[in-house]
Amino acid sequence: MCAPEGFRREVGATAVEFERGLRLAVAGVVSSPQPGVLRVDAPAAVLEVALTELPERCIGQFRIPVLCAHLRFLSGNRAARQALLARMYLALSRSGSLGELGLLYSPTAMVIAQTVLVVPLMAAIARQTVEDAWHDYEEELTAMHFRWFDSVRVLLHDCRHSLMVAVLAGLGRAMSEVGAVMIVGGNIDRSTRTMTTAIALETSKGDLPLAVALGLVLLAVILILNGLAYGLRLWAMRRYA
Amino acid sequence: MFPLRIRDLHWHAGGRAVLDGFSLELGGEGITILLGPNGAGKSVFLRSVCGLLEPDAGHFDWGGGARPASGVSMVFQHPKMLRDSVQANVELALRPLRVAAGERQTRARTVLERVGLAHRAGDSARGLSGGERQRLALARAWITRPRLLLLDEPTASLDPSSVDAIERIVREIRTEGTRILMSTHNLGQAMRLADDVVFIDAGRVCEHAPVQRFFARPASAAARLYIQGELPWRMAF
Repeated sequence: MCAPEGFRREVGATAVEFERGLRLAVAGVVSSPQPGVLRVDAPAAVLEVALTELPERCIGQFRIPVLCAHLRFLSGNRAARQALLARMYLALSRSGSLGELGLLYSPTAMVIAQTVLVVPLMAAIARQTVEDAWHDYEEELTAMHFRWFDSVRVLLHDCRHSLMVAVLAGLGRAMSEVGAVMIVGGNIDRSTRTMTTAIALETSKGDLPLAVALGLVLLAVILILNGLAYGLRLWAMRRYA
Repeated sequence: MFPLRIRDLHWHAGGRAVLDGFSLELGGEGITILLGPNGAGKSVFLRSVCGLLEPDAGHFDWGGGARPASGVSMVFQHPKMLRDSVQANVELALRPLRVAAGERQTRARTVLERVGLAHRAGDSARGLSGGERQRLALARAWITRPRLLLLDEPTASLDPSSVDAIERIVREIRTEGTRILMSTHNLGQAMRLADDVVFIDAGRVCEHAPVQRFFARPASAAARLYIQGELPWRMAF
C-alpha cells in the first residue's frame, strides 16, 4: 500500500458510519476539529480526512450512500503513514450498506457466501429426488392416512442414500470455490485462507510446486470423500435393492 | 361405518366419464368382488372409497356419518415398498396411528407370521418376489385391523401358488370381521372368494347379485357376455 501526501477515495457509507468505523479501527486518536473533518493523531503520523457527501447511488429500490473522503497526511514518515493506512483499511473497506455488521474479511462472511452458493444447488437436487419419491409413494402414504409432516419424514428417510448425491454436489461446489471466498474473506493468512485461495495465491506468486502440491492434497480429499459416498451407495443398493 | 351407501358418483378424466352415476350399497360383512372390463371404473371407484380421489359429484354415507378418519385400508395392484426391511415396511402402517414402538414390533411379527413372511422379516422389502411383495402389502394393510379393506387386483400377474396364498390370507382377514371389497379379472377367484359380485361397465353398476346367482343366471347382457369372454374390449376414449 502506498502512502502519498493525500488522495481521494469514494466510500459507500454515510459520514456517521465512516466516523464510527474509523474510531473502531484507530481507537482514541480520532477527533473532529470542525464539521465534516476528522483528524487522526497517531503516535507517528497525523492524518486529516475531509468528508463530502455525494448523491446516493440507486440500484432498483436499493439506495447506497456515497461519501468522498479526502485523506491528507499532515506529518509522519512513509513507514508510519503506511502503518496508519493499514490499520484504517478495514474501516474504509467495511463501509457500505452492510458494513456496520463487520463481516468483511471474516470466516463468518465466508460461511455465509458458501451457504448462498451451495444451498440452491443442494436444494434443487434434493427437491427432485424427494419429488420423484413422492410420486411413487403418494397413494400408499395417503391410503395409510399419513399426515404431511410424517410423509416428509418417511420420504427423507427413504431417499437418504440418494440425498448423499446432493450433499456431495454441495461439498464439491464449496470446496472448489475461489472467487466468493477470496472477495469476502480477503485470503488472510491463518484466518480466511482456504486451500483454493492459497493455490490461486501461490500460482500468481509463481510458486508452482507449492500450488500443485496443495492441489493434489485437495484432490485427494475430494477423491476420498467421493469414494466413501460411492461405497455407501453400493452397500445401500445391495442391502435395500 | 356400515351400511356404506354410495350414491350417484360421477368422475371425469380427459373428457371421459370414468364413473357415470355409480351407486352401490354394502353391508358390514363378507367379500364383495368387483368385476368388469378394463376401463370400466373399478380402480377409480376403489380409490374414491379410500379417499384418494374426490368424485366430481355423488355422495358417500358411512353408516349415517362422515368418512371415518381411519379403519379403511387399501392394497394396490403394484404396491410400493420403502427401501427398508420387511419388518419396517409392515410397522410403517402403524405410525400414523401413533402406536408405541414395542407394540408395533409385536404386531408386525404376528402379522408377518400369519402371511408366511416371518423368516424374511430382516430382509430388504425390495428384494421380495411379486407374490411375497403382495403378501407384505396385505400384511401392511391387515396390521391396522381395518373395518374395510380395499383390494385392487392384488393377484394380477401372480403365479397360481401365489394366488392361492393371497386368497388364503384374504379369507383369514375376512374371518376377523373385516369387510372386503376386491376387484379382479379372475372369474375363478371371484367364484372362490366372493359372497356377492358387483359387475361394472362404463362407470356404472350393471348388476349386484350373490355370487351363485351371478354366475348361474347373470341378469344383464353385459355380464353374460363378460362371463362368456365375449365382451368387446372397450377403447378408452
